[in-house]
Amino acid sequence: MPKVPGLLKGLGVTFAAIVQTTKPKRLGGGAATVQYPHVKEAPPTRARGVIALREENCTVCMLCARSCPDWCIYIEGHKEKAPPRRAGGKPRTVSALDRFDIDYALCMYCGICVEVCPFDALFWSPEYEYSEPHIADLLHDKSKLGLWMETVPEAPELEVGADKKKK
Amino acid sequence: MTTLAVVIPYWGQSILRSLGVAAAVLLPAGTAVYVYLFKMVSFMQSRLGPMEAGPYGSMQLFAEVGKFLQKEDLIPRGADRRIFKLAPIVVVATVFLVYVPIPFGPFAVFGSYDTGIFLALAVSSISVLGILMAGWSSANKYSLMGGLRAAGQLLAYELPMVLAVVGVVIQAGTLNLQGIVAAQHSEKIFGWGGIGYPYVVTQFVGLAVFLIAAQAELTQTPFDMPIAESELVAGYMTEYSGFRFLLFFIGEFAAAGAFAALASTLFLGGWALPWVSLSNHWMNVVGPLVLFTKMMLVMFVIFWVRFTYPRLREDQLQRFAWKVLIPITLANIVVTAVVKVVF
Repeated sequence: MPKVPGLLKGLGVTFAAIVQTTKPKRLGGGAATVQYPHVKEAPPTRARGVIALREENCTVCMLCARSCPDWCIYIEGHKEKAPPRRAGGKPRTVSALDRFDIDYALCMYCGICVEVCPFDALFWSPEYEYSEPHIADLLHDKSKLGLWMETVPEAPELEVGADKKKK
Repeated sequence: MTTLAVVIPYWGQSILRSLGVAAAVLLPAGTAVYVYLFKMVSFMQSRLGPMEAGPYGSMQLFAEVGKFLQKEDLIPRGADRRIFKLAPIVVVATVFLVYVPIPFGPFAVFGSYDTGIFLALAVSSISVLGILMAGWSSANKYSLMGGLRAAGQLLAYELPMVLAVVGVVIQAGTLNLQGIVAAQHSEKIFGWGGIGYPYVVTQFVGLAVFLIAAQAELTQTPFDMPIAESELVAGYMTEYSGFRFLLFFIGEFAAAGAFAALASTLFLGGWALPWVSLSNHWMNVVGPLVLFTKMMLVMFVIFWVRFTYPRLREDQLQRFAWKVLIPITLANIVVTAVVKVVF
């Protein structure tokens, strides 16, 4: 059989796509897309939707703010005296978080802040529906970032034989 | 107009004809935009296209027109204002004029000319002036490049298109589009008169060249260098917005309809139905529908090709026109003429 010219083959590909898309769903046809506001696709568990903050883990170390390529993380904190661990000990100095904002108008979802955080204070959440009519509303403060924690999926089971985190 | 019981004065006829041309231009163009630009290309890309405006997005076109009408009519400071404003009107007006000699039925024709096909092709090549005006008056380097590319391309492909038509004209023995339809209706294919004699049977080379040249005349992919968005933003349309951009848009799809109508009339038998007498008065109603169906078929091929192929390079485009298409059409003319004289 002679070789079909590429030009004709291309026409065949696009025509086959028309047939495939217009075929009824029950025959295995249909579009690859969904009609978004009416139908929603569940994003993969590890999708990079929004960054959530677990505030009690944050030590105001600023690593995330400094590693952010877009400088979209704003952190302010102060030092506080906390009661000593043991009775009669010296009062400890701890950092308290005053402000932790992420400007999602600037964020480029690289995830470096999540990677770099040494205390597991930042997490990826697959939630993606947080667009705003006003760009200023894309600045999420620490209470809003804390709310995203509810949407963070459970961490997957460790593999057999993996090192358990030592406390 | 003698068959009508009422006598319509000349000015009335003119108004009716103008409205008729507007309908004949806008209905196929609008249908093509919805069926092919909105839906077919979406299906090719495994998506559904517009679905919100009206059932299956069928009112999307009106929404688009409304959007364009709301937009600000921007004119660049350095632009040649009068020419800039005039250019889209020139383009659209020439496309409307192409429809004038195209017959839709025995009497359903806006203007019957003995040199109808000549008029249609001559008028369609005026649109290059509008495009050049748009490109030059925009005071923008992308527009200028696009306008010049369009001029070179339209001139190069005007020639194979005309030469492809010459084969049909030789075979029919007339330049009158109505006469070409009649010739295709009455002749027989080697003595078999079942479906008349659509000239695609003998002039398939001409049809192929005509469609390729039409694709280039429409500045569509794979010949869309004048508006190559990755190189020239939008070519000669770069500085246009709002209503004037809409005019270019209408012009583009109306031109697709015009070339489809010409191809159907020249190669596919036009408005005639093979088993119905040409002088049957019902053909004034059925004829437009027949022609519309054929136009839609031709436009399907045009848009199928448009949404399948990638863009050629500028020099490939010119070489293809001058070194491939024109020799083919010249050979086609010679063969047609020889066969016509010998048999």
